[in-house]
Amino acid sequence: MSDLLVRRTLEPLAGTGGDERLARAELRRQIGTLELRLSKLAAEAFPRLPIDTAVEAVSRAPRALDLGDLERVRDSLAARISGAEKEIAARSELETRNREALELMLAQPDQHRWVQISRADVGEPGCGGWHARPRFGLLGMLMGWWRVKISSGCPL
Amino acid sequence: MEAAGRIGWEPAPEQGWVAPHLTEEFPGLGIAWVTLDCKATRRSPEPVRRRLRDLSDRFYGSHAIHLRERPVPWAYRVFFRQIGLDPDRTRTPVEQLALDRLREGAFKSTGIPQDALDIAVVETGVALRAFDAERLDGPLCIHDSGPGEAIVEGGEELPQGTLVVADRRGPVMPLFGGEGAAPVTAETRRVTVAAVQVKGVPQISVDEALWMSAAALES
Repeated sequence: MSDLLVRRTLEPLAGTGGDERLARAELRRQIGTLELRLSKLAAEAFPRLPIDTAVEAVSRAPRALDLGDLERVRDSLAARISGAEKEIAARSELETRNREALELMLAQPDQHRWVQISRADVGEPGCGGWHARPRFGLLGMLMGWWRVKISSGCPL
Repeated sequence: MEAAGRIGWEPAPEQGWVAPHLTEEFPGLGIAWVTLDCKATRRSPEPVRRRLRDLSDRFYGSHAIHLRERPVPWAYRVFFRQIGLDPDRTRTPVEQLALDRLREGAFKSTGIPQDALDIAVVETGVALRAFDAERLDGPLCIHDSGPGEAIVEGGEELPQGTLVVADRRGPVMPLFGGEGAAPVTAETRRVTVAAVQVKGVPQISVDEALWMSAAALES
């Protein structure tokens, strides 16, 4: 290995000193923590909500990033997490409202004529759903015989 | 060498050199490799193809979704971020295989040595790369590129400071995310399988990945 050490005159990262090295180490630690948080959010939201975990690459080739670039990566990850948390919270709220609407629909189908709620709308897996429709078609419609039909969805 | 002594299997893995200032920046960064006689083929032996089929059968979408939360794939994702790459565009080796598995419905056999590497990467998550051993000059190491350096002599100059895997002659591939020199071809008779280790990837996983790929190459 000594020939490599002699042959190459490797300069330390430009404009970086000892204190910056500690700062870079801390930023790398934060990036690790944020990456895990983002990965967990993406897994938690799947398949209800696709979470974009991409953060623009700060370099076209792999290299040891300087403090500014590391901060950019850290901030971009933090922004992604913040956005993902808001999206998941909004989605959860919508699903809660849909579940409440479904309960009302099941209790009073005639008050929710033709309303359709899918499993995805309430955050459940599968492609089935609930549909408030008249029993016996036109006759049921005229007589006010409404019911909620449950579709079990596709077989796969 | 130490790893080989610990585990006691042949061929013994060799441990490469990492530029000291990179070790300071990236503790845990390392490179290890094994070299063995192996003829590149477009059709893998039946045991290797069966192993790939078995892997396909036990790798589901849920594995792919939670892959990045597992310690080793997560460690590579983090390292990609730390070196300026976006792992959602420049995929880590194990995530690329997982994506291909979901797209194509199976881990497709593409012959030796790639199948052997794929098996080891999926099983361990460790990033592996195969080279034609006859076209490498001396031991592998990791450093950052200097002015005028290129992967292929006379090829496009690397941006200065690019992290590369190199031999005695110079860079043989970017550390991640790019084509390398000394690729395995139909004429290859000796293969070097190299594992790039990053912080968070246990030595035992690297040893296992090299052992697994070597075993598949020798089957």
